[in-house]
Amino acid sequence: MEIHAPFVARKCEPGQFIIIRVDEKGERVPLTIADYDREKETVTIIYQVVGYSTELLSKKKEGDYVADFVGPLGQPSILHKRERVLGVAGGVGAAPLYPQLRKLAEMGVPVDVIIGGKSAEFVILKEKFEEFCENVFIATDDGSLGTKGFVTNVLEDQIAKGVKYDEVIAIGPLIMMKNVVKITKQHDIPTMVSLNPIMIDGTGMCGGCRVTVGGETKFACVDGPDFDGFQVDFDECMKRQTMFREEEHECKIGRGK
Amino acid sequence: MANMSPNKVAMPEQDPNVRNKNFKEVALGYTKEMAMEEATRCLNCKNKPCVNGCPVNVPIPEFIEKVAAGDFEGAYEVITSENALPAICGRVCPQENQCEGKCVRGIKGEPVGIGRMERFVADYHMANAEPAEVSIEKNGKKVAVVGCGPAGITCAGELIKKGYEVTVFEALHKPGGVLSYGIPEFRLPKDLVAKEIESVENLGVKIETNVIVGRSVTIDELMEDGYEAVFVGSGAGLPRFLNIPGENYLGVYSANEFLTRVNLMKGYEFPEYPTPVKIGKKVAVVGAGNVAMDAARTAKRLGADEVYIVYRRSEEEAPARLEELHHAKEEGIIFKFLNNPVAIKANEDGWVEKMEIVKQELGEPDASGRRSPVPIEGSNYDIDVDTVVIAIGQSPNPLIRHTTPGLDVQKWGGIIVDEETMESSKDGVYAGGDTVTGAATVILAMGAGKKAAAAIDKKLRG
Repeated sequence: MEIHAPFVARKCEPGQFIIIRVDEKGERVPLTIADYDREKETVTIIYQVVGYSTELLSKKKEGDYVADFVGPLGQPSILHKRERVLGVAGGVGAAPLYPQLRKLAEMGVPVDVIIGGKSAEFVILKEKFEEFCENVFIATDDGSLGTKGFVTNVLEDQIAKGVKYDEVIAIGPLIMMKNVVKITKQHDIPTMVSLNPIMIDGTGMCGGCRVTVGGETKFACVDGPDFDGFQVDFDECMKRQTMFREEEHECKIGRGK
Repeated sequence: MANMSPNKVAMPEQDPNVRNKNFKEVALGYTKEMAMEEATRCLNCKNKPCVNGCPVNVPIPEFIEKVAAGDFEGAYEVITSENALPAICGRVCPQENQCEGKCVRGIKGEPVGIGRMERFVADYHMANAEPAEVSIEKNGKKVAVVGCGPAGITCAGELIKKGYEVTVFEALHKPGGVLSYGIPEFRLPKDLVAKEIESVENLGVKIETNVIVGRSVTIDELMEDGYEAVFVGSGAGLPRFLNIPGENYLGVYSANEFLTRVNLMKGYEFPEYPTPVKIGKKVAVVGAGNVAMDAARTAKRLGADEVYIVYRRSEEEAPARLEELHHAKEEGIIFKFLNNPVAIKANEDGWVEKMEIVKQELGEPDASGRRSPVPIEGSNYDIDVDTVVIAIGQSPNPLIRHTTPGLDVQKWGGIIVDEETMESSKDGVYAGGDTVTGAATVILAMGAGKKAAAAIDKKLRG
């Protein structure tokens, strides 16, 4: 979805995110920036319908308005001029990964990508990545596209084949990032991950997005969202993500249809 | 002859056991008759110590005289000559340390109820007055204000009256700052905040919500855009934690998160408003300032059975307004003074289960002048809790200082300013409120905004 948002579009960089409020009573939902056009002053967001607000967002038509759209938030990604970088995306994680890999490619870094999804329909941005990635690998749980299995299977294959990556950028569900890091740690490949925890304001005010990184508490909204994957306490993140699970359910029934 | 009653005319309040289940305002305000009666307690003394006790120097005896005479609109004009947000200040100012703290009537009884009369006058005006047509001659100069809280609104209101074109940039989707996200409805009704802000907008102030200065646009870019001065009133939006084990467990909130979910996002009307807030049966709030009282009383209203205030010093050192402590007690909040949490414990799923506390005794005064708490060895014990709210203060938000070269800040993050002009180390950039002082009060922030507006005006007129 493309949104006209001059303040965001003028300034945003790969790795940053926005907060959207779809309607007047709505929640503040953080979403990563998939693309932007400085001239048209637009920002592209890609989201999965998971809750009340994303459901409502999916019903918007061209020319409609959302209540609020604020950003860019978070630190821009620090992109290094490496020998070869591998991007690993799970589901809508492909959206924030896309501008990062594209920028690396523009910097002259050879990039490969592994895109994963439950099935073929959940694999997004494949053609977009093909424009600048040397290799685009696909993995689906049901084998409906690419390798049957997880992105980690493909990652292990690549490493076994002797392909040398000197950085991995993994963005997707926490469990995927955790498993990617498990592998890259063994092979000592620096790995950046992008976290998208529960937050409200996105400016450091609420502290709801706190994560333990290298034994220290960080706020994902102002210190992140990108962190050194080796340092992140994924188990804590996964627990914190469940804080409002019952309410999400209730909200869907209570307000949904 | 003045009314020599030693007590203030009582203000009607909701019954504690009714109000601790609703979000309606606790204090109901004076009637005309009550206000006029209270006004007669003012001796109209020569020194006017109350005026010096007011951070924005409202001519207090003058407005009280008008109240006594039944000229409420006249009283309103007197107050608003110095204070743009009287309905708010009448409710949330710590009057006992300011105007009322200096009142000579307070020596032998209760001071004159200045706050209560200010509130009455403002409410009377809001209910009765027609919005006045204003015409202000523009001087063609642009000023930007960062943050739409008490400091920013006041600064903007002052500058617009002096003819400047003023734009306020607010990071959240709603103006008001801490008045909107922090102070609860039962203490400061949000429609009243909206009205006070509206009155400043009516003067011509433009408020741009959803713009994060430091991210969406920087201060340097604002200056390049033709703003000749920038006032930073970005508040103390960075919560402090205790740095004890277990603070990241589920069910542990910063007071900011807890109160924002309830006040700004209306979590108490979930699922009508889809932002949830989770309240357990036993809630511990750490800290004893106004924010801690707000959090505890909010938790009670949201249905918690037992709500504790856990504070490492004694009641005497508690920084909250007397009225807030009093109201909290009436509403059934359980106070654990001289108790310091040392760890938070969770169940297998990571949810809070217990808080480990060590008892304290008071030692020598510390840097704050208050007697410092000293742990009593071996006094550790656990209490059962399922929600913990950390309300031990906030630091200035870091976004501005991280993105503004040339802006000098204190080690702890506060922006350094000249106390007379509120100008920072960066030419044309002024700051005031919590971002300079650390978390303080609404009225001090307003005072700073006002001082800065005067200095900006002086400088830009050359």
